[in-house]
Amino acid sequence: MMIRVTLPAHLRKLAHVDGEVKLDVEGQVTQRSVIDALEARYPMLQGTIRDHVTQKRRAFVRFFACGEDLSHEPPDAPLPDTVATGAEPFMIVGAIAGG
Amino acid sequence: MSGVRVLVGTRKGAFVLASDGKRDRWDISGPHFAGWEIYHLKGSPADPNRLYTSQSSGWFGQIIQRSDDGGKTWHQPGTPPGEPTTTPEGMPKGESNKFVYDTSPETGKPLTTHQWYDGTPHPWEFKRVWHLEPSLTDPDTVYAGVEDAALFRSIDGGQTWQELAGLRGHGSGSSWAPGAGGMCLHTILLDPSDPNRIFIAISSAGAFRTDDAGKSWRPINRGLHSLYIPNPTAEVGHCVHRIAMHRSHPDVLFMQKHWDVMRSDDAGESWHEISGNLPTDFGFAIDVHAHEPETIYVVPIKSDSEHFPPDGKLRVYRSRTGGNEWEPLTNGLPQSDCYVNVLRDAMAVDSLDKCGVYFGTTGGQVYASADGGDSWAPIVRDLPAVVSVEVQTLP
Repeated sequence: MMIRVTLPAHLRKLAHVDGEVKLDVEGQVTQRSVIDALEARYPMLQGTIRDHVTQKRRAFVRFFACGEDLSHEPPDAPLPDTVATGAEPFMIVGAIAGG
Repeated sequence: MSGVRVLVGTRKGAFVLASDGKRDRWDISGPHFAGWEIYHLKGSPADPNRLYTSQSSGWFGQIIQRSDDGGKTWHQPGTPPGEPTTTPEGMPKGESNKFVYDTSPETGKPLTTHQWYDGTPHPWEFKRVWHLEPSLTDPDTVYAGVEDAALFRSIDGGQTWQELAGLRGHGSGSSWAPGAGGMCLHTILLDPSDPNRIFIAISSAGAFRTDDAGKSWRPINRGLHSLYIPNPTAEVGHCVHRIAMHRSHPDVLFMQKHWDVMRSDDAGESWHEISGNLPTDFGFAIDVHAHEPETIYVVPIKSDSEHFPPDGKLRVYRSRTGGNEWEPLTNGLPQSDCYVNVLRDAMAVDSLDKCGVYFGTTGGQVYASADGGDSWAPIVRDLPAVVSVEVQTLP
């Protein structure tokens, strides 16, 4: 399944990519399987989105798709069908923290 | 012709400032890693083209960057993009931004908590790398001082990191508490005469030494006197800001403590105060002249709440007598309305003749003196707030 992922600018730069990332995700499409695939393809992103050990989302990183905030959904919950089919991107976003 | 390379870490990126041995014209490159906090970058004494950088962000955590060409290009030394993250045997490959505290049953299991500000137990949580100290002899070996306080080492050029857990586990670790800036391990001094001896300092636990290459550690804080802790002469709990050493006299250490400038002549076994006639003995940075082991530099800061120079005058103070007798160095530095700070890692010296002295400010200036501090001029004036300054003297 080809999944579209958008990254914040700092992470795009770390991963040396422009625009969206397209990932081949095997099995059920969940936050965990998408980020597993992302980190496997771009190992320099390990630890920047979720903790190396606990696998918890970093506090100032959030997940959105189809206009919904999915940040607090369980990591193994299926993502919306439109994400799984590639119609909509899975968005990884840096929280706004500023003035 | 010889030259110098000044490595500057700022709140919003890294800069590399280069000059020939005259040190009057500078090439500025950067910002590298724009938008990220660069707590520290430092070159290997064994290979001046090998640089290590601590790049961090409250959003995305810790990144280690490495350059093998003197700062022209950089890469994360872990697994390159597109390569599998595990070996054919299933073992993880390099993960250069992975700093995981040792929780092994042998060494790590008891190291579960330190004290929080209110004295309650608090779990160790990795936040960032404050200081990177490359080995004196091996470009692929580098130490990292981190927050929450611990010491890590890489022996593969920064690809992977292992904690030297004997430091946190030596006995007092559970009583350490953070200072206002966090519980950071900020100073790492490698003894040039003894590869097994390392000095480190932690805010606000104090100074520690190992004599067996990091396996075991003990506090070296006798003689420190800190009125802001319940027991002013406690074995640990002192807010050490920075320690400096001259390569030729590794048993002589100079310390800028929260308050007090201190000296040890016996590798930290005992300390005595050398604040002498300083206008204030609060400060962060301290360093030693490259060719004169008894010439030291500090930048007095007014107080622990007023983080700026006294009277709005930015003055470096120099002692040529190993302390106690200090002279203000003002030529070329602003002497009115200056309210910047100079942070603990933001002063360094080169080893040219005459010795160059450099420091950076939270106002974004990097000042240089090519004559041991007699006169100063800014290399740059308008960088983001400077966190660290290191200097490489190039052949």
